[in-house]
Formats: sequence, C-alpha cells, structure tokens
Amino acid sequence: MCGNEALAEAAIIAGCDAYFGYPITPQNEIPAYMSRRMPEEDRVFVQCESELAAINMVFGASATGKRAMTSSSSPGISLMQEGISYLAGAELPAVVVNVMRGGPGLGNIAPSQADYFQATRGGGHGDYRTIAFGPSSVQELVDCMPLAFDLADQYRMTVVVLADGILGQMMEPIVLEKKPGRNLPRKDWALTGAKDRSQNIIRSLWLQDGVLEQLNYKLQAKYKQVEKNEVLCEQQNIDDADIVVIAYGIAARIVRGAVQKAKEDGIKVGWIRPITLWPFPTEQISKAADEFRIFLVVEMSCGQMLEDVKLAISGKSPVVFYGRPGGGVPTIDEILDKIRQLTIPENKLKTKNDRVKAKYEIRSTKYKTNTNDQNIKFKTS
Amino acid sequence: MAGRIIIDIERCKGCGLCIAVCPKNGIAISKKSNKSGYFPAEAANSDCTGCAVCAIVCPDVAIDVQQDDTDKLDIGTKPGRKTKPRLVKNKK
Amino acid sequence: MNIWYLNFEFVSNFDIRVSDLPKIRNMKTVFKRTPTLKDCPTHYCPGCGHGIAHRLIAETIDELGIRGRTIGIAPVGCAVLAYNYLDVDMIEVAHGRAPAVATGMKRTNPDKIIFSYQGDGDLAAIGTAEIIHAAHRAEKITVIFINNAVFGMTGGQMAPTTILGQVTATTQQGRTAASEGYPLQISELLAILPGAIYVERCALSDPAQIRKAKKAIKHAFELQANSAPGLSFVELLSSCPTYWRMTPAEAMKWIENEMTKVFPLGCLKDATRDL
Repeated sequence: MCGNEALAEAAIIAGCDAYFGYPITPQNEIPAYMSRRMPEEDRVFVQCESELAAINMVFGASATGKRAMTSSSSPGISLMQEGISYLAGAELPAVVVNVMRGGPGLGNIAPSQADYFQATRGGGHGDYRTIAFGPSSVQELVDCMPLAFDLADQYRMTVVVLADGILGQMMEPIVLEKKPGRNLPRKDWALTGAKDRSQNIIRSLWLQDGVLEQLNYKLQAKYKQVEKNEVLCEQQNIDDADIVVIAYGIAARIVRGAVQKAKEDGIKVGWIRPITLWPFPTEQISKAADEFRIFLVVEMSCGQMLEDVKLAISGKSPVVFYGRPGGGVPTIDEILDKIRQLTIPENKLKTKNDRVKAKYEIRSTKYKTNTNDQNIKFKTS
Repeated sequence: MAGRIIIDIERCKGCGLCIAVCPKNGIAISKKSNKSGYFPAEAANSDCTGCAVCAIVCPDVAIDVQQDDTDKLDIGTKPGRKTKPRLVKNKK
Repeated sequence: MNIWYLNFEFVSNFDIRVSDLPKIRNMKTVFKRTPTLKDCPTHYCPGCGHGIAHRLIAETIDELGIRGRTIGIAPVGCAVLAYNYLDVDMIEVAHGRAPAVATGMKRTNPDKIIFSYQGDGDLAAIGTAEIIHAAHRAEKITVIFINNAVFGMTGGQMAPTTILGQVTATTQQGRTAASEGYPLQISELLAILPGAIYVERCALSDPAQIRKAKKAIKHAFELQANSAPGLSFVELLSSCPTYWRMTPAEAMKWIENEMTKVFPLGCLKDATRDL
C-alpha cells in the first residue's frame, strides 16, 4: 500500500471516529481513501472548505470525546496553527498528519523536512508543545498511528505525525493488525450533554489574575511527564564510532544506506535516528557525545533538528550539518562523500580544535552541490 | 386583574427598558443605588396588571411577575366554535 | 367574594417587605427565570440585547426539554462567557470557527442538539466561510446570530453589519459605501443556499418583537430536535447602547427605526412549512 493510504487504514484500525480534511498535494490519497472507507465503517468523513475549518472540526469532535484526525501538508498545517494552539489551551486530544513538502510559501510538491520547527516548537501562539513523530518507513508510519491516538488521549495533547512526500507516495509491504492499546482513563471532561450532571465547559480563556499562569504550569508539568516517558529513538554502532550521523524520517533511510557503504569502506560510523522528535532524545545523544565523535546531522531542510542536536550535545563534540532544502533529496553518494571528508585527519583535527565554534564548512570536490549550503574550507585530498 | 412585579434590586442595572415599555407607567428609577452602583428600577404605582412586558424586555431577567388568580374569566374558545363564556368562581 | 390585590412592593434579596400578607394567597407567578438560565449577575452592559437572547435560548431549551443533550458553542466577543450563564455543556472556540466546530460535533454525535451563538465579527467577518459552508453542506445545526452593527467586545469598531452613516471607532466620519462598502445581509445570503432550511430575522427591540424572536428560536431548535435535514438560522437585531452612544430605550428605537430598514424583519425561508 502507498504510505498515505496505509496510514489512513492504520488510523481506522486504531479507532479514529472522524476524519476532516482538505485536498493538498502530496497527501490527497488520504482524504480520498478516507472518503471511501469511513462511511464503510459507519464513521465520519467530511471534506471541509479549508484547513482552518478542518482543524476546528477536529476541535469540535474531540471536545465530545471522539477520536478525530486531520491531515494536510506544510502550507495547510500553517493554517492550522491557530487551531492547534486552541487544542493545546483547551487540552483536547487530536492527531494531525503533516505530509511535508517544500517551502516556504507555496513552495513545491517535493518532499521536505522543513516543518520540524513548526511541529516541535509549537507553531502557534503560546507556550505549548505537540508530540511529534518522524517515522522513516511505511511500516513505522502505520505503527505510530495507534500510538499517536493513544498518546493524544492519554495526555490530552495534539500529536503531529511528520510524514513527507516520499513516505506518502512510497509503496511498501506492511502488516496491518489491531494491537491492544494503552489503558486510558474515561473522558469525564467531554461534552456529551449535561444529563444528570453539571455542565462541562471546554475553554481556553482564563481572564482572572493568575489562573492562566497556573494552567501553563500544569501544561508544562504534563510535558515533563511526556519527556520522561515517551521518547523513542533508534541507534546503531555508536560504541566504537568516530562519526555519528543523526537523521530522521526519510533522510534516515538514505543515511542508513550511506552508513552501510561507509562501513564497507572501513570507516567507523554509526547512526542515531530519533523517532519522536518531541520529546527529543536529548539524553541519548548527549550520552553519545560524551566521547569525542563528530556528529553529522542530515536533514532535508536548512538545519532545524540541527539546533536540537546542538542543544543536546552542548558543545561536547563538534556538530556538522548537511542538508538539502526546498524539496531537494540527498543521495547516498552525497552523504557518503561528506562522511569520507570527515575522516581526513586534517579535517578531524580542525573539528577538534574548532569544536566549540559554530561555523563549519564542507566543500565537495566530487559533487557540485547546490550553492549556498554550508561551505567550509576543508582540505580535501 | 391585579398584578405584582418583584424586582431584584441587586441584579437590576437600571437600564430603564422596563420603564419605557410599561403600559401603566408603573416603574421608575429608584433614588437609592444598589451595591454595584446602579440605580435600579422600582414600582411607581399600583396599576400593575401582570402583563409582564417589563420582564420580557429585561436583559437581566431581574423581574418576577405575578398575577391575581381570583375571579379569573375563563373563556373556553375553540376556533370556529361558538361558546358562551362562563364565570369561574374562586376555587379555594 | 372578591379579593383584589391593589398594592405591591418591590422586594429586595434579603428582606421581604410585603404588606397585607394574607391578601396575596391567590397570586400566581406568570413570569420567572427559567432553570437553564443561571441565577447570577451578567457582565453585559445595562440594556444589552445579549441578556434577552440568552433568556430566550434558555427558555427554549427548557420548554423543549433538551438540556440533557444540548451542547452550545460560545463565540469570541462579548458573549464569550456565555457558558457562565447558560447551564448546558458548552465550548469556547476560535473566532469565527463555530460552524466548523459545530459540524465536527454534530457529525460525530447526531443525537445531540448543537447550537452556536455568534456575533457580527464572529459570523459575518472572520467566520463567513465557515457559516456559508456549514449551510451549504446542510449541517443539522442551529445558529443564532446576534447582529448589533458593531464589534462590541473590542470597543465599538465597524462591523460588516454597520449601516451606512453609522459612526463607530473605525468609521469616525460615518460609514461610507465608497470606502467601507455596504452592510452585509447575512440572512439574505444564507437564504439562497438549499442547505439552509430555515432563515429568519427578528429584532430584540420591544416585547412584541421579542415574543416573535422567541417563536423563531423555538422553531429553529425544534427543527434540529426533529432531525430536519439542514441548518436553521435565526438573526437577532440586538442593541448595543454603549457603542451606539445611546440610552437603552433610544437604542431599542434605533433598531426599530434604522436597523430594520437595512435588515428587514421576517422569515426569509422555511423549507419545512408553507410560508
């Protein structure tokens, strides 16, 4: 199944009661699939008039205690930021799938990973976070949908699933099965009609002195719980590695191929792949940085997860970046080239000496990469 | 028929809508303010018929209206049917 | 035996001053607060139409007996705290998005009565897309639109429904068609859509009109309670004495004389009964 349809089916198996969406490439397969399957399961499908409406329909359905989701791509997710902020303030569960495409602006329809900031920093107004997943295979996309719904219900938060144009269109064999979910508390706060009880109110406006402050502290305490319990991360060959490549999503698939080739060449390299982008696997990366290693961050953007990696490493080891923004997709050979350059002794020395400095450049002699990406004058021999 | 209005003076904001609509000019603004600083409405005469237009127009629903039930004239009218009105004696 | 009760007193909260107590034993209450309207002071200005509209909705909910399955949507505007006054499950949503939220709620809970309560900014400015599409998708919800020709909450700025010549905080020389355009007649716009099955405009300007408004609101809720296949919409011309810079009584007259010229009253559409 193609990624988009697979995640839609996984959502249905996970018990999604309602899907509200608006067409935008490259996720149009999701509303199309849902429009056929949801009525078959006697559930709700609405094609709404805009992404603004979509996220607010999710807000409404979620307020009544149902599992609701929406999907869009980068420009549409920008429109949803107001709604996501309201969801956070009202503490309502929701699942939002972002099949990322090139930006900013109308951009293009090629895959990208430039919505990392938007997903992990809380792209709307106010102090809030959303749980963000960065799956890197269709099977992982399928597996994280029920987890997304469970986390959303358990913590009363929005969960953003960051797919991208490649994952959405990719066809891979998958296993779809209904797994037992978490034990979740009843939704006593939901609006179900005030029969035999006092009214429930879902709100995010708190005008009295100090009340909103307390709500914010409560939210932060909840986020600390999530950070403690829900980090998911994968790593390989870190222990004796000189170079560690960090990537997520589809970039991680390409990195895995490059690392394998590099290992065949005898380079000591490993990789770390965050699966939850928020909460970020800070501890894992920080531990890996305790020994001197060079960290290469590969993203399809101008460097967004890079900042979280730098925060995690806190200057203990050098961090180098390679990225392709605006819909560019790195190839295995490009990444391999970068890894090889980091093995040149002079470069290693330079990184060791300059490890606290922010500026690094890699110049490729073999490949004319797109101009304007980070170009450090390294000796290449 | 006689009527009576009961105005909640702490709830009334003295907007004067009841005064404007009362057909008997039976309400006026009080000279004493309530605890919120508004000058509430109060009954001004005893001509109240219990028509309740004051209560209908009151935005704060601050008026309860009562009507005397005694000697009510009960006209059992059905559309298209001619009946004689009969006087209902006061039931104790 | 004739017992005529002539005198009456006004009664304060804490001190009942009633003379001739035996004479009042035949007094029957003909008007009092309905249970769904909470017994608490409101933050609305003296003479504000919101208070009347809230009462009409609360009475409708009680008369139809639907409190246990009604969910209300409060707008962004003066009535943002409507959940403090109406004792039903309520939600507060982003500005203008109420019809979309109502859609999400009604589609997943078809047995509940969902109503949204919106002002001019909420419905006619930022929320125009949402209401038009909820109507054209024939969502089975009820929308109560409070039209008071200004943005009250934020200080009396021009609303899409401000009439020509009206002075507001952002049309200090009076609204002109050339620079600010014409007032928006939402009821007429919605009446064209087949999905909007009941569209009526009433005024909260005097007791007779308020009684008619109550009938309209009740009809709108009844339609949803009977699963009528579309959106029921009631526009209420309401007063804002504060930002019209008038006394409440003058404001009521202004609705009668000026607003009804631009926003004619009456049932614009009722697909469920012969007009």
